[in-house]
Amino acid sequence: MQLRKDIGVLKWVLIILCVVFLAVMLLLPLVYIVITALREGIGTYLAAITDTYARKAALLTIEATVWAVVINTLFGLCAAWCLTKFAFRGKKILSTFIDLPVTVSPIIAGLIYVLTFGRQSPLYPILDQAGIQIIFAVPGIVLATIFVTFPFISRELIPVLSAQGTDEEEAAALMGAGTFTIFRKVTLPHIKWALLYGVVLCTARAMGEFGAVSVLSGHLRGKTNTLPLYVELLYQGYDFTGAFAASSLLVIMAIIILVLRCWLEHKGDKANDIR
Amino acid sequence: MKLSKRARRSVIPGFGLSFGIMIAILSLVVLIPLCSLVVYTAQLSPSNFFRTITQPRVLSSYYVSISTAFVASLINAGMGLVLAWVLVRYNFPGKRFIDGIIELPFALPTAVAGISLTHLTTTNGWVGQFFYEHFGLKIAYTRVGITVALVFIGIPFVVRSVQPVLEKLDQQYEEAAMILGASRGTIFRRVIFPEILPALISGFTLAFARSIGEYGSVVFIAGNTPYETEIAPLMIMAQLQEFDYASATSIALVMLAIAFIILSVNAFLQSRVSKRVSGLA
Repeated sequence: MQLRKDIGVLKWVLIILCVVFLAVMLLLPLVYIVITALREGIGTYLAAITDTYARKAALLTIEATVWAVVINTLFGLCAAWCLTKFAFRGKKILSTFIDLPVTVSPIIAGLIYVLTFGRQSPLYPILDQAGIQIIFAVPGIVLATIFVTFPFISRELIPVLSAQGTDEEEAAALMGAGTFTIFRKVTLPHIKWALLYGVVLCTARAMGEFGAVSVLSGHLRGKTNTLPLYVELLYQGYDFTGAFAASSLLVIMAIIILVLRCWLEHKGDKANDIR
Repeated sequence: MKLSKRARRSVIPGFGLSFGIMIAILSLVVLIPLCSLVVYTAQLSPSNFFRTITQPRVLSSYYVSISTAFVASLINAGMGLVLAWVLVRYNFPGKRFIDGIIELPFALPTAVAGISLTHLTTTNGWVGQFFYEHFGLKIAYTRVGITVALVFIGIPFVVRSVQPVLEKLDQQYEEAAMILGASRGTIFRRVIFPEILPALISGFTLAFARSIGEYGSVVFIAGNTPYETEIAPLMIMAQLQEFDYASATSIALVMLAIAFIILSVNAFLQSRVSKRVSGLA
């Protein structure tokens, strides 16, 4: 086509502008982390990432991420099923509440949990008697992680399910299939890629959450420090090699997530085309 | 149509179960904490509230947050438009790679991005040294540094909202304009730009709203000097660390109000702009 052949100069000026911008803003920070982490040799690097506290922080990060993914998947599936397959009042307000957590600053997210479960809250005496500690403990970290990633999975599922309509499920139900059979045999094949995509996004954000977790964590080394908080701790102690070594673990995870994301997007597009 | 659907009971099973689980999780994670915010706010005394939020230090933190977020989002709107344009309209080697790394700010933990950007932009860092020696510009520990961190955070927002619209844009109109003798600049300004403006505004707004609340990447690069580089989320954090929940809540309420205003302005602009575009067509 004639239009596609843009003036060569403008095209390359714009492309070079983009490449320089992305190289400086996105790639340079990544490269810098890797180089600084390895600056004092591979031995120091390995020692830094196999440190007991680093290991414990990584385990806590994984724990919080797994919780967030499991709860948000369960929630996402139920919410998407409920909001797209049935007609009832109050749908709009429910969707607003579901999307709310991503528009709130992470610090404010932390604050509202402190207000809910902290010492001044009316719930505190009840929880205290039951021996449950939420604030400055692992449950608080898990809750904060769930909150900041709350709509990630449902938001991927709802458009796919509402585009698909309810005919197939109605047919299956009329032929006598049970709830779980319909879900497994009719709905799940349609939303498989969207669900995986949502899980990847949720994992990415859950792993790296800093603000909300920082409010709710007691910053106890080895107990309530997630990997991003551990990075902060080392950094503020001027242990830059250690901080960048711990960061490099998160960089590796981020790269895996980007690759997975591209692959899933590709798969999802293909599945959509076939349909 | 809607009414008849509601009147007739759906044959699809599982409403009770899915509705129950949804409401239970929603209540525990979102509704109950929100209620506690409302209850706690009701207990604040208005005079204390106003005294807290009008402290000079708090006011300047709002100013720092809003101004840096605004500048960063403007830069992102410009670069995002160029990036989306390049990714949709041009073919060049490495395009898929560029398309993939746009999402990096979503995938990379903010704290990690923060410490890396800080080290790069201090006066003896790789990038900071260049700017300091040639332009006398300090980046880390100034508002420029905060803006840099917020640009990093906001890159994907504008690109990802403009890109799909640009992809769907019918090239017929451009061809027609070209045949009628319009110059390249006129085609962009009069034909393409009005079509992508709503997406551009909504991308800008999302980036702006996110930047105002951003904490992880900014605290490291900001230096956190009172009145100079203290951002509003940091003020909340400081109050929380002193267990002064009343002040923290007061500052947070103002931030929530700002976020709400930004999102409403966006909704208003969206309806205005889409009306104008459809009116022209």
